[in-house]
Amino acid sequence: MQNIIKIITIFVFIFILGIFYVSLNRSSNYDTENLVGNKLSEIKLKSFYKDKFYVNKDFENNKYTLINFWASWCAPCRIEHQYLMELSNQKNIKILGVNFKDKKTNALKFLEDLGNPYDYLAKDSQGKQSVSFGIYGIPESILIDNKLIILKKVIGPLNSQDLEEINKIIKNL
Amino acid sequence: MKLKILIILFFLNFSVCYSGNALVESQIHKNLRCLVCQGQSVADSNSEFAQTLKIVVSDLIDQGKSEDEIYSFLSEKYGDWILYKPKFNYENLFLWAFPYLVLVIGGLILVYLIKKRRNNA
Repeated sequence: MQNIIKIITIFVFIFILGIFYVSLNRSSNYDTENLVGNKLSEIKLKSFYKDKFYVNKDFENNKYTLINFWASWCAPCRIEHQYLMELSNQKNIKILGVNFKDKKTNALKFLEDLGNPYDYLAKDSQGKQSVSFGIYGIPESILIDNKLIILKKVIGPLNSQDLEEINKIIKNL
Repeated sequence: MKLKILIILFFLNFSVCYSGNALVESQIHKNLRCLVCQGQSVADSNSEFAQTLKIVVSDLIDQGKSEDEIYSFLSEKYGDWILYKPKFNYENLFLWAFPYLVLVIGGLILVYLIKKRRNNA
């Protein structure tokens, strides 16, 4: 019995060390990588200009759609805007911009100054719709295919590397 | 008189329902991690994200969703990391069972040691 107790003590000690080793080597930054491959269940976003809603079927005819959450008050959104403008020249991708908790006049001024890369423009005045997309800060971008499967999620501003990766996906490279 | 009693009962019932919802809401907020904060729950945080989640939780309660349905909805969108209390599923089985396992094994060892001491005495 004493041997069993010794073995159990050693086992518990090794187990605790193992837990520390795994936990300390794991990144403590939250990411939503695990959501890649999931399907967006329901899209219902109010149009920025018209009194209508964008729903799932509006995007099912697009080969790829990039959903970009942005606001005029968000400084990193200005940084990523050039990459969205570049992406808007691609033929097989449409961009849906979701204006997040913003004032209409400021949002329009932002697009007037920096250009409008969006094929669809929606608004999420209270930020409630963003939860359905797993958004927890802006800017965030989600690349989906015509089956509304999430192919890529970018948290923070898009950069040249993200643009390259998105181009690879949409060109099936 | 009957009318007065009915009116009082109506408002009493309304306030009980309201406080019930508020209690569930606050319980849910406490179990949700604020993803943009350092170790704070949604209940403790005043961040933009926490405020949005509070509105969404309130809406879902108004729609008649249960606590578990709300947790499922949010963990589907943000992963299980958003929940402070881990779900009881296959992946987390060890996490839930380990304390009980330690308790049982510890108890057995304790019983053995007590018996041994009695035999020696």
